[in-house]
Amino acid sequence: MLELANVDAGYGGFQALFGISMSVKPGEAVAVIGANGAGKTTLLRIISGLLPMSSGAMTMNGVPLREIPPHKVIATGIAHVPEGRRLFPRLSVENNLKIGAYIPSARAKFSERLAFIYELFPRLKERRSQLAGTLSGGEQQMCAIGRALMSGPKLLLFDEPSMGLAPVIVAQVFELVRRIRSEGYTVLIVEQNVRQVLKFADRGYLLEAGRIKTSGTAAEMLASDDIREAYMGL
Amino acid sequence: MQCELDIFFLEAVLNGLLLAGLLALLALGLNLVFGVIDVVWICYAELVMVGMYGINYAYKTGAPFVVAALFGILLVAFAGLLLHQLVIRPVLESAPINQLLVTGGVLFVLQAAATLAFGIDFKTLGIRLGSLNIYDMSFAYSRIITFAVASAAMLVLWLFLSRSYIGIAIRAIAQDRQIMPLMGVDHRTIYLVTSAIGGGLAGLAAVLMVLQYDIYPQIGQQFGPLIFMICVLGGLGSMIGGFIAAFLISEFIAIGGSCFATEWGYAIAFLFFMIVIFIRPQGLFGGKA
Ligand SMILES: Nc1ncnc2c1ncn2[C@@H]1O[C@H](COP(=O)(O)OP(=O)(O)OP(=O)(O)O)[C@@H](O)[C@H]1O
Ligand SMILES: [Mg+2]
Repeated sequence: MLELANVDAGYGGFQALFGISMSVKPGEAVAVIGANGAGKTTLLRIISGLLPMSSGAMTMNGVPLREIPPHKVIATGIAHVPEGRRLFPRLSVENNLKIGAYIPSARAKFSERLAFIYELFPRLKERRSQLAGTLSGGEQQMCAIGRALMSGPKLLLFDEPSMGLAPVIVAQVFELVRRIRSEGYTVLIVEQNVRQVLKFADRGYLLEAGRIKTSGTAAEMLASDDIREAYMGL
Repeated sequence: MQCELDIFFLEAVLNGLLLAGLLALLALGLNLVFGVIDVVWICYAELVMVGMYGINYAYKTGAPFVVAALFGILLVAFAGLLLHQLVIRPVLESAPINQLLVTGGVLFVLQAAATLAFGIDFKTLGIRLGSLNIYDMSFAYSRIITFAVASAAMLVLWLFLSRSYIGIAIRAIAQDRQIMPLMGVDHRTIYLVTSAIGGGLAGLAAVLMVLQYDIYPQIGQQFGPLIFMICVLGGLGSMIGGFIAAFLISEFIAIGGSCFATEWGYAIAFLFFMIVIFIRPQGLFGGKA
């Protein structure tokens, strides 16, 4: 589904990613783990087109992503739930969802998908006319996920969905992601919460200082001494 | 000083309200553009002036007023598009001072062009609509129509911004520019649509103003500063703020003018403006300073 080959990227003169090659297959849940500043957010920004890559190649279902403008990436079926959620705080919950259905192919299915999201997250339905900025952290995460789903994606990118949330809410958010997964979406998730994320992912990549250090099945990653020592404090 | 709570006071309050409709419309266009594109169209009042000349031209060549009015609105909407595409877009990433300088430059260019093309004498469409007289109060029909049309236009814009995809994208982009590509929104399209709407609102203001005011190249200087004062008072970029500030300033002008003299009305409004800005530099409803 998604293929990256030898991707380099950075900010101005600063290189943040070095020769990244990875793939995500249909129906998989893939985790990218790594410490602060490892380049996880940069990787997702490259995939969704927010940041141009400096060299390398990337395709989504065969479509070369490097050749299309950033706002067209979503039409290839990639939706990005960004770090820190990034809702539009002074738009209502429902308008946040509506802007998620901005692309022409999604507008036609707006009501249908809205009903699906309200079914998935009844809390959002209760709060649909409330300003998104007044939602609790967990509700905001639901809204951000809902907004991403409104475009009808095949692949969902999650950037640290548990960041900044209280421990009980973190568990709920992982439950949400698990449910999205069971709805048949393909998931690429970035997390520092290594243990939690490897519990439900199929495969994982370990990113260190902009390079892929290790990759393997979730079980292999969980068993790896490197990861246990460095990221799980065992 | 004859400031009593009599019928003339009521007349002043109502006239202030009628003026507020026009000023709110003018402030709305400027705030919309600033909120979305983050650039102040210093030449906004000059776009209105261009519209007034355009309407005058069309009307004098024999077009019915409604056709001339439509022509004026489209003309200024197009001018807004051109302004964005040719002048603003190249400096979008530049320092704010450079953006002010280029739109300020357009102000002088438009004034000079109007002077060269039409001379400095006052022009008027010569449409007289008369006044509505109730008890001892008198209200010009042109002002009543202005108020009604401006209010209707603001309502339509509000519906557009709260219901349509493009309208919601316009509000969203003013809140978080960077992630708009994730929504599939091309900011260049939104900037162009916003510039055309901003211009269209200036064109509509021109339609309403030719019913009340004479046309001359410097007319922008007469109300341009007032529009900026209203926008800053309400909080630059805040459409609600601009709306409320327009009402406050108009009432100060109208009531002050009726109790003392017209000049005093403006002076009191300006004093109020300075006090508010001293206490709240970001304006009444401004988020960002
Ligand atoms: N806008 C930017 N301009 C310059 N450098 C940046 C920018 N954003 C990130 N970086 C740098 O790029 C590197 C990778 O950052 P990135 O945000 O991708 O890390 P991350 O793995 O997501 O970290 P975190 O877990 O803290 O979110 C870091 O060294 C960071 O300082
Ligand atoms: Mg990050």
